[in-house]
Amino acid sequence: MAKAPKKEKTKFVHPQIPKTLTGITGLDEITQGGIPAGRPTLICGGAGCGKTLLSLEFIVRGAMEYNEPGVFMAFEEKGEELAMNVASLGFDLNKLQAEKKIKVDYVHINRSEIEETGEYDLDGLFIRLGFAIDNIGAKRVVLDTIENLFSGLSNQAILRTELRRLFHWLKEKGVTAIITGERGDGQSLTRQGLEEYVSDCVILLDHRVTNQISTRRLRVIKYRGTVHGTNEYPFLIDEDGISVLPVTSLKLEKEVSSERIPSGIPALDKMLGGKGFFKGSSILVSGTAGTGKTSIAACLAYESCTHKRRCLYFAFEESPNQIIRNMKSIDLNLQKHIDNGLLQFQASRPTLHGLEEHLVSMHKLIKRFEPDVVILDPITNLITVGAVSEVKAMLVRLIDFLLDEQITVMFTALSLNTIVNEQTDEGVSSLVDTWLSVRDIEFNGERNRGLYIMKSRGMKHSNQVREFIITDKGMDLVDVYLGPEGILTGSAREAQKLREQTEEVLHENAINLKNREIDRKRKVLEAKISSLKTEFESAEEELNRIYIQEELVKKVTESNRQELTRMRRGQSETENKKEKKQKK
Amino acid sequence: METIATKYELRLYVAGKTAKSVTALTNLKRYCEEHLQGQYKIEVIDLLVHPQLAEGDQIFAIPTLVRKVPEPIRKIIGDLSNEEKVLVGLNIRPFNSN
Repeated sequence: MAKAPKKEKTKFVHPQIPKTLTGITGLDEITQGGIPAGRPTLICGGAGCGKTLLSLEFIVRGAMEYNEPGVFMAFEEKGEELAMNVASLGFDLNKLQAEKKIKVDYVHINRSEIEETGEYDLDGLFIRLGFAIDNIGAKRVVLDTIENLFSGLSNQAILRTELRRLFHWLKEKGVTAIITGERGDGQSLTRQGLEEYVSDCVILLDHRVTNQISTRRLRVIKYRGTVHGTNEYPFLIDEDGISVLPVTSLKLEKEVSSERIPSGIPALDKMLGGKGFFKGSSILVSGTAGTGKTSIAACLAYESCTHKRRCLYFAFEESPNQIIRNMKSIDLNLQKHIDNGLLQFQASRPTLHGLEEHLVSMHKLIKRFEPDVVILDPITNLITVGAVSEVKAMLVRLIDFLLDEQITVMFTALSLNTIVNEQTDEGVSSLVDTWLSVRDIEFNGERNRGLYIMKSRGMKHSNQVREFIITDKGMDLVDVYLGPEGILTGSAREAQKLREQTEEVLHENAINLKNREIDRKRKVLEAKISSLKTEFESAEEELNRIYIQEELVKKVTESNRQELTRMRRGQSETENKKEKKQKK
Repeated sequence: METIATKYELRLYVAGKTAKSVTALTNLKRYCEEHLQGQYKIEVIDLLVHPQLAEGDQIFAIPTLVRKVPEPIRKIIGDLSNEEKVLVGLNIRPFNSN
């Protein structure tokens, strides 16, 4: 609990004042170790803000957890009443009293029974208290509400000196005391100005109603000699007593993990660098109504549970049964994981508590269930409880806490069409690591869902718009058709696909036609070539024939001529032969 | 004093022999002798000796005079210096009509 201050302690030369752990969840963190040991602390606040409970829890926790017996001196309620009041918190006052760990002493002051004459002092009270303290060896004392003395006794001067003496005496006794005081009118913290006497530590409790929703808050007004949280911290009173939430962590020193968590939608994982979200990151899913935000969230829940990760689902809109039924229609059997204890639903109307109390109760549940994945569906509804800035502040603290615990968180947020789409109403978009936007794409008389990744820190992610389809088998993302007419989705995309197919067929057909024509042309060409060839051959032949003819004619003429010559000369046959030889 | 006629049972709570306690006891004795002669019983309880008795009578101031009998229980705190107030507080004033 007090690990952080211990680290700082080494830096300081001066030792810190000794402190007593109250055992109240969160308070010891705010005060960095509890209230000042051996000194009185004043707790003030209006009626019904939890003063008595806080102080009683201090006593009970001291007795039960720190083995420090305590005396509870009640001026308002009787011991039995107190025991009844805290029995619902699981504190058995009677048993603790029997074990001498606690002593409840009821001081009854009734003005009508009392007459004052002359000088007196409050030694009786001192003796009673001293006796009770010594009897059980008390280390803790509560006086609740000592201001009742003022209503019972009229001599204020005596009371004031006696009170001063009482607080001194308590310090001398070395007990850690809590004094409660009703908040006064105006600026004063208590009606009787008790803060004058108790000046070491003052804690103010407050119970405020804003927009019909009440929130309890706690603030350490003053704490001498030590650092402490100065903010107003919301606190919750429930079956475990008081839990205060020290919500703003001042440091940004979180551990980071590069482990990935699949989203349950394989196509989405593919868009996110192929692996999904980072473990311990925050994811925002925003979109208009009916775009499937809850389905995306349920997918993550289902997938996480399948991988044996624990998942806590805060539903602010639908009841768990409704979600389970609805998710069955997309083939997500969430009931299975509820039965094996991996999934827990926590459904509550946002208006059930104030924002801060929501935060505290979430905080508590998360601490108890220790989930790996937390889903808030939807955060938009929290707007009904608080202003935008408050919701944002709350979410910052929640994210802070979750990141600290290495828990992956998914928010869904409803964005309205009228607002600029790039801004979610809660203004958390700058805080989250991954932001998915699901948008309606209205075209061609129908609405389709388009999914974008607006940002995703630290990973390669797709910049494409995908069409987000919810089917009986789960969810899928398909590439939208991007054409000259813009983005086409749904049936328009299908129509475009068909059109493309037709075009392809036609195109193929056209190509075939052309091919055939080419074939034909080739054939014509070939035919022409062959006819030309034939023509050429015939021409050649003709030419050849003429040529041979001429040769023959020439030969024949020659021989004829020679014959004639011979015949003219009258030469014999032998001479003729000689002539032939010569020729050769 | 130990007679059946005891009508008043008075208890005076003190814490040691302080000036206020002594004054209170002296005053009380004087009033009783004056107004309740023979009808009263005074018990002085020193809380320093018996601190456990403080709770029973719801004592927080010292000195406190408690009228146990007759009922209802009345308490007077202070050194009892104002006779009038003490007598009214103890309901002794209508002494003569008793």
